[in-house]
Amino acid sequence: MDDLAKHAQAFFIIGSNTTEQHPVFGTMIRRAVRFRGAKLVVADPRKIDITEFATLHLRQRPGTDIPLLNGLMHIILEKGWQDQSFIDERTEGFEEFKATVMQYPPDKVAEITGVPVDQLYEAAEIIASSKPTAVLWAMGITQHIVGVRNVMTLANLQMLLGNMGKPGGGVNPLRGQNNVQGACDMGGLPNVFPAYQPVTSSEAIEKFAKAWGLDHRPQTTDDGRSSIVNGLSSNVGLTVTEMIPGILDGRIKSLYILGEDPVMSDPDTNHIRHCLESIDFLVLQEIFPSETSAYADVLLPGVSFAEKTGTFTNTERRVQMVRKAIEPIGNAKPDWWITAEIAKRVISDQLSVTSDQLSVNSDQSSVVSERKIDMDAPWAKWDYKNTSEIMNEINALAPSYGGITHARLEAGERLQWPCPSPDHPGTPILHTKQFTRGKGKFMPIDHVPPAERPDNDFPMVMSTGRVLYHWHGGQMTRRSQGIMQVYDEALVEVNPDDAVKIGINGKTRVRITSRRGSIEAKAWVTDRVPPGMVYANFHFPEASANELTHASLDPVSKIPEYKVTAVKVELA
Amino acid sequence: MVNIKINGQPIQSEPGSTILQAAKEHGVQIPTLCYHKDLNPTGNCRMCVVEVKGGRFLQAACVTPVWEGMEIETASQKVMKDRKLTLELMLANHPQDCLICDAAGECELQDLAYEYKVEVPAWGAKGTRYPADGDPNPFIRVDMNKCILCRRCESACAEIQVRDVWGVSKRGFSEVMVAGAGVPMLEARCESCGQCVAYCPTGALSNKMNYGVARAHQVKQVTTTCSYCGVGCQFDLLVKDNKVIGAQSNLNAPVNGMALCVKGRYGYDYIHHPDRLVKPRVRRYLLEGKKSDIRDTIVEDQKSKVELSNIESPWDWVETEWDKALDIVAKKFAETRAKFGADALGFLTSAKCLNEENYLMNKLARQVIGTNNIDHCARL
Repeated sequence: MDDLAKHAQAFFIIGSNTTEQHPVFGTMIRRAVRFRGAKLVVADPRKIDITEFATLHLRQRPGTDIPLLNGLMHIILEKGWQDQSFIDERTEGFEEFKATVMQYPPDKVAEITGVPVDQLYEAAEIIASSKPTAVLWAMGITQHIVGVRNVMTLANLQMLLGNMGKPGGGVNPLRGQNNVQGACDMGGLPNVFPAYQPVTSSEAIEKFAKAWGLDHRPQTTDDGRSSIVNGLSSNVGLTVTEMIPGILDGRIKSLYILGEDPVMSDPDTNHIRHCLESIDFLVLQEIFPSETSAYADVLLPGVSFAEKTGTFTNTERRVQMVRKAIEPIGNAKPDWWITAEIAKRVISDQLSVTSDQLSVNSDQSSVVSERKIDMDAPWAKWDYKNTSEIMNEINALAPSYGGITHARLEAGERLQWPCPSPDHPGTPILHTKQFTRGKGKFMPIDHVPPAERPDNDFPMVMSTGRVLYHWHGGQMTRRSQGIMQVYDEALVEVNPDDAVKIGINGKTRVRITSRRGSIEAKAWVTDRVPPGMVYANFHFPEASANELTHASLDPVSKIPEYKVTAVKVELA
Repeated sequence: MVNIKINGQPIQSEPGSTILQAAKEHGVQIPTLCYHKDLNPTGNCRMCVVEVKGGRFLQAACVTPVWEGMEIETASQKVMKDRKLTLELMLANHPQDCLICDAAGECELQDLAYEYKVEVPAWGAKGTRYPADGDPNPFIRVDMNKCILCRRCESACAEIQVRDVWGVSKRGFSEVMVAGAGVPMLEARCESCGQCVAYCPTGALSNKMNYGVARAHQVKQVTTTCSYCGVGCQFDLLVKDNKVIGAQSNLNAPVNGMALCVKGRYGYDYIHHPDRLVKPRVRRYLLEGKKSDIRDTIVEDQKSKVELSNIESPWDWVETEWDKALDIVAKKFAETRAKFGADALGFLTSAKCLNEENYLMNKLARQVIGTNNIDHCARL
C-alpha cells in the first residue's frame, strides 16, 4: 500500500468504497492525489466519498463492469496506447483477446453502461498515459455472478498497459476482513491446504498425510461421499455458499462455525434461517450471542483480538503480531485452545465409538468410525502450549510462511509473504519478473448481464455494502456506544428523483421488497445513488439487506451477486 | 554538505535541512510544541527559537534552513528567556487545572512548563472563555480553553486525513480553532478518525470514551493489530486493571503510522460489552441425552431466543463447564462422522481470527475428520 501511495501516477478504483471500507488506505490515496498530484479515476454507480477527489467519475450501471473495461481497452488499442513490448515479452493470448475487445466500440459501451463516450475517452487516456496506473478493487468487482470474469478483465487491462509487477501498478484487491488473507493462506478454503497447495494434488496429500500421521495414498470415491478411513480427502469440499444450503439436501449434518454470523452475512436470510433450522448439530464459537446463535446447539465463548496472541495477515500479505492485552473475559478461552481441545477429544472419541451406535446405519457399509492417526508423525499432535508453537508447524508445512516466526516479528522485522526461509526478507511486490504461471495470459471475456434484472414488479436495483461507522453483521460495532450515537439505524440511500416518485417527503421510512423478503428502513435521500438504484447495508438485523439478496453465485468463486438485486421501494 | 556550528560545535548538515533537523541529527535537543515530524512545520508557537549569529531576531528552528557558515546558539540566555516568556504567555490564557486535566502526564505544555519552571502569571486571564466539553462528537472532547493555537489539529486533518475539518477563526486574543465554519465537528464532515486528538499536544482535544479514566502512568500499552478491515493498522491498546480503556496511535506502525479510522481508534468498547459470552452454553436436551430431532418442533417458536431462561424447555440454554461442552461437541462430531461420513461435517473458519487459529480449523477438518468442507466469509 505504501508503494502504491508513493509511486502510482494514477489510481483506477473500481468497485471499492475505499474511504469508508479501508479508511486509512483511503486517506493515503487522498494524500497522493492532493499532495503528489496523482490522478484518480473512480468507476462506481454511486457517488462515494472518494469521488470528491476524482479527476473523473464514471457512473456505470450496476453489473456492466466488463463492457466498461472492454470499452476502455478498445480505446487504448484504437489509440495505440498499449505497452507492446510487455505484451510481446510477458504475455500470451493477445490476438484472441483483442478480437473480443474489438466487439466493444465506445458507442455500444456507452449504451450498455450509461457512461458517455467522451468520458470513456478521457478515462482511457488518464489510465493509459499515467505510468504506472494502479488498479484497486474490492467486493464491488467480485460480488457479481461474473466476479471472476471481472477480475480477469482488470488483469487484461493491466497487462495491456504493462502495469503488472511494477511499484505503484498492478491489480490490487483490497481484502475486507482483517485476516481474510490469512484465513485463505492457512487452508481455510475447500480446495487447498495451507499456502494454496491443492487438495487434488497427490504430492500435497502425501506431504500433509506424512506430517499429520495419516495414510498418504490419495482416497476418492465416485459418488462424492467420502469413504476415506485413514487418509486425506482429495475431493474439493463445499464452499460456505454451498455448505449451508447443503443442510437441506442432507449432505451436511454438523457444522462448526468459528466467529461468523451467516444469518447476517449470507445472501437470502430467510433461506439461510430455513437451512439452519434443519441442521442436526450446530456448534458456534463466538464472543457474542449473534443472530445465528438462535440455531446453535452449543455456544462456545471465544475471545476478542485483545485477549490472545498470534498473527493476522493484511491485504498486502504482511504478517503482523496480535498481542494479548488482557486476560480472557469471564470463562472465555482463546479460540485456538478451544479448537485444539475439540480435536484432541474427537481423536480419542473416534477410537471409542461403539458398534451399537453404528448399527443405526449399518447399511452404510462404506462408513467406518475408526480413524488411525499416527501420533508420532512430526506434526500430528495437538498439544500446543501457545500460538508460537502452532506457527512453527505452519513454517514447516506452508512454504510461503516458511520463515515467518513469532520471534522474527517480535524482533521488529517487517515480513510480507512469500518468505520461505528464516533468512529471507519477505516479498513486498509479486510478479516483478514473471507471473506465477510464467507468461501472463490474456482472457477474452464477454459481457453477461446480472442474474436478476429490474422488471415491472421489481423496477429498481439494490446494491449492498457497509458504511464507515459499522462493520459487517454489526456484532461488534452495534455494541460500541459512540458509534451507535453517530449511526444507530440502517439507512437506505434513495435518489431524490425516486424519492419524489415514491412520495418521500423529507426523511421517512420505506419498505423495500425483493422476491425473497422485505425490510423497512429509514430513507436517506441523496444523489450518492443514481435514479433507479438504492443502496442498503447489513449491519442491523431489523433491516438487513440480506433479507432481500439472492444466492446467485459466480460459477467459479461461488461468491453471491450482492451488488445487483431487483427490488421495489414503497412508503412504509 | 553545509558547514555550520551549533553551540560552538562544528557540524556538517544536509543542504536544505532545517536547524531543528540538523540539531536533532547531532543530538542537540531543541524544545518544540507546534512541530511534529509527520506534519508540515508552521513555525507559529515560537518554542523552538534559537539565536543565529548576525540575525536581528531569534529564529524558529523548525522552519529555518541551515546555510554555509551559520552559527547557532540553542540555549543561550536570550533564547531561554524568550522561550520562558512564550510559555508564560500561553499559560496566562490556560486553565490552571492540571490536577484534574485528562492530559496531565502526557501534556507537552505541562512538560515544558516544568522544564522551564514557568508558573501561571498573576496577570493572566481569569476564568474560561469556552465550554469545557464544547462539541457533541461522541468520541472527541473539545475544550478550547486549553488550546495553545499550535494548529497541529488543522495540519493533521488536512495533511493526514485530508478532510479539512479544522481551521482558524477570528484574530488576536479571540483567535480560536473551529470545525468548519464554527459548527459541530460532525456537521463539518468530521470522520471521527481522532487524528486531531492524537496530534494535540495539550488537553484541548481528548478522547471522550476514556476521559478521566486513567493517568498515563497507570496504563499498560500493548502494541497490536486492528481487528476490523484488511489494511492492517497497528496501534497500542491501553489497559488498566485488565480492561481495555483505549487505543492510541503508535508512531512506528508499519502500514498506518499515526493514522487510524473511527472503528480502529474508537470501536474497541465491544470487548467489554455485557453481552459477551463468558461460559459455554449447551441446549438442555444435550445434557439430558435426548435425541436431537427435538429441535424440529421447538426451533420454530424459539428461534429468536438467545437468553438463558428459567422455563424448562429442551431447547433452553444451560451454562456448563468447559469439559462438559467440549465432550458433547467432540462426541457429536465423531458420531456424525461415523454415521454419515466425514463429508457430513462442515467447518466455517473465521477471517476475524488468527492465522494460527485458521490453521488449526484446517487441520481439524482435514486431519481429524477427513473432509475438505472448510471455508470462511471471504466470499461475503
